[in-house]
Amino acid sequence: MSTTYLGMPALPVFGQGNLNATEPFPSAAKRELGNSQLRANLGHATHTIRDKRLRVVGELPDWEDLRSAGSATKQSVMARLPELLEQFEQNFTARGGVIHWARDAAEANEIVRDLIREQGADEVVKVKSMATQEIGLNEYLEEQGIAAFETDLAELIVQLDHDKPSHILVPAIHKNRTQVRDIFLREMPGVDPDLTDNPAKLAEAARAHLRRKFLSAKVAISGANFAIADAGTLAVVESEGNGRMCLTLPETLITVMGVEKLLPSWQDLEVFMQLLPRSSTGERMNPYTSLWTGVTEGDGPQNVHLVLLDNGRSAALADEMGRSALHCIRCSACMNVCPVYERTGGHAYGSTYPGPIGAILSPLMTGITSEENNSLPYASSLCGACYDACPVKINIPEILVHLRAEDVDSKRGKKKLPSQMDLMMKGASWAFSSGKHLGLLEKGLPLGRIAAGRRKKITKLPGLVGGWTQSRDIPAPPAASFRDWWAKEHGDPAAGSAPTDSTNTTTNTGERA
Amino acid sequence: MRIALFATCIVDAMYPRTARATVAILERLGHEVVFPAGQACCGQMHVNSGYLPEAVPVVRNHVEAFESQDYDVAVAPSGSCVASVKHQHAMVARSCGDAALEVRANAVGAKTYELSELLTDVLGVTNAAEQLGSWFPHNVTYHPSCHGMRLLRLGDRQLNLLQSVGGITVQPLPQADQCCGFGGTFSMKNADVSTAMLEDKTASILATGAELCSGGDASCLLHIGGGLSREGSSVTTLHLADILASTRENPVSVTGDVLVSGKASR
Repeated sequence: MSTTYLGMPALPVFGQGNLNATEPFPSAAKRELGNSQLRANLGHATHTIRDKRLRVVGELPDWEDLRSAGSATKQSVMARLPELLEQFEQNFTARGGVIHWARDAAEANEIVRDLIREQGADEVVKVKSMATQEIGLNEYLEEQGIAAFETDLAELIVQLDHDKPSHILVPAIHKNRTQVRDIFLREMPGVDPDLTDNPAKLAEAARAHLRRKFLSAKVAISGANFAIADAGTLAVVESEGNGRMCLTLPETLITVMGVEKLLPSWQDLEVFMQLLPRSSTGERMNPYTSLWTGVTEGDGPQNVHLVLLDNGRSAALADEMGRSALHCIRCSACMNVCPVYERTGGHAYGSTYPGPIGAILSPLMTGITSEENNSLPYASSLCGACYDACPVKINIPEILVHLRAEDVDSKRGKKKLPSQMDLMMKGASWAFSSGKHLGLLEKGLPLGRIAAGRRKKITKLPGLVGGWTQSRDIPAPPAASFRDWWAKEHGDPAAGSAPTDSTNTTTNTGERA
Repeated sequence: MRIALFATCIVDAMYPRTARATVAILERLGHEVVFPAGQACCGQMHVNSGYLPEAVPVVRNHVEAFESQDYDVAVAPSGSCVASVKHQHAMVARSCGDAALEVRANAVGAKTYELSELLTDVLGVTNAAEQLGSWFPHNVTYHPSCHGMRLLRLGDRQLNLLQSVGGITVQPLPQADQCCGFGGTFSMKNADVSTAMLEDKTASILATGAELCSGGDASCLLHIGGGLSREGSSVTTLHLADILASTRENPVSVTGDVLVSGKASR
């Protein structure tokens, strides 16, 4: 008798769906930068949310402790994820819910489609959800003849405009209210033709449009912000109340949630309910928090399903340096403070997850070589504003640098010719690995002075460094380096300078002349 | 105190006056300055661009250079380079599996200070005019560089020193905490976004009406100054060390030249 060892399934399983930049970030960014309306809308919106966040965070004397607690909780969840998932499954199932496990986007989409078809429905209402955007659920359902209606106001705007969200919390952040009014007039059936761009009027138009859908839909689809393992409870945190309607009115509720959303216990929710609203909308508390545990007879949905989604999360978890990206609670504070996001907007990132967190999460979930995702970790000046703002202390700059190294390493030995960057880094590695090497190169500084000419500046350089001179001059270099000056002054380069009388403030500056 | 100067590659090659100013300030306070000759660069350009194996010899060189000499503390006129020495060097050593280098890098990092940090926390300078004789009768603004602000948590140390210079007027910079867009190779790889950030920074600087923008990182100042120059502005950038070194007897001009008897020279 012979046996065939089938082995463990190949790991990691990378994510699919809307997780990819399909165009290199620099060129996508360049296009978006050209849209002055977009930049004005985004600049205004991000600065408003930024200031609100700073105000409410400043109110809490224990904010830093809360961040540390959130970070520690998430770290412990990741360390024992399989155990907590099974605990959650047990508790959720015991209360009448049904769990489905989806390895990737395609599996999750099929599970949801089958559940909708079981109910004989061809329309569903949706609570705003990043997970369903990540897997491209709306597009998939449309192909399958099922219409999905977004009920979050901003998601509705984006959906009516056949556009893509550009922010994870404020999907229509790139639109101003006049643009929203125009979209409603063009796309919303039965809308008042005299609609103005007054925000209250716009909300009222959306409310009237959605109310019909809430009352007729048999199936609702949601994501979840948190899942509490020891209780089997799911949570959705929202502002508009549309979520509450979706979660309570239809007979069937299907939730799609990434496996990393777990919290061990109810007690942990206390920390996150302080962190999330303040970090995301800059509010002390969000207007609506819905919690549900399985099925309650005669009250709310009677068919309650949860699709637990991996879609590359295991791959991210397997990356020791990158796994803390899974701590993300989707607050969007990082994109609101990011100087790159502020100027390019979310579409430049391609993926469902834009901004600093997207620049690490997307390549971690898909693998660095997927489509153009290797351009995302470079979409940062490493200013560190995102790390400071993150309520669960994800060290985004450090992970960006880690992924850049992964990108560079993934290409080593595979290129016929080294890139300009490769050559520059090789050369600089030689120059900077010895004081003698650098000193030798610095003997060439006078050549730079010649190149700078009478205007004493260099205004145009070729190739990669031409990116610099595109918008910045380089001053004429000095006649000699500091190193040379020191050697001349002190002879023996290792010798120390003589301390001078501290009251004598002129001697040494005089020498500088 | 015996203080080892880490000039940093950019100051060594492009702004030697800033390293000389740093030496002058420390000597004025009665300290001895040494310059470990083997030094070159902190290597953060390599690390931040993803070239870790190429960063290893750079980090090793830095550690060896600063181990080779006897001193109490090391100082660099740069928040970014000090942050790299303190936060990145051990990681680079780990990436190549050199545990001994990691320990040595941590030891060097622990003794390394950014200039304003050394002046304020170790040398007790609270009033530059009184303790250093600093005199700079100009209208300036100040950009706090990201790595000093967020990685070293320098807080107001640089600004406080600047404000205590004799004769100076310091204009607050709107949106001061916003990155200037430099980001090392980011300025080349994502030149368009970097430029958009730079344009907002230079606009904020020009809005203050200051003659120059000061700061604690020569790299950011090279970037901002390069942008101002391209825009045709006469507003310049000047490192904090140059301003602190400026005195009534040997004033420094807004372009960083040391003026002797009213004559500019380098």
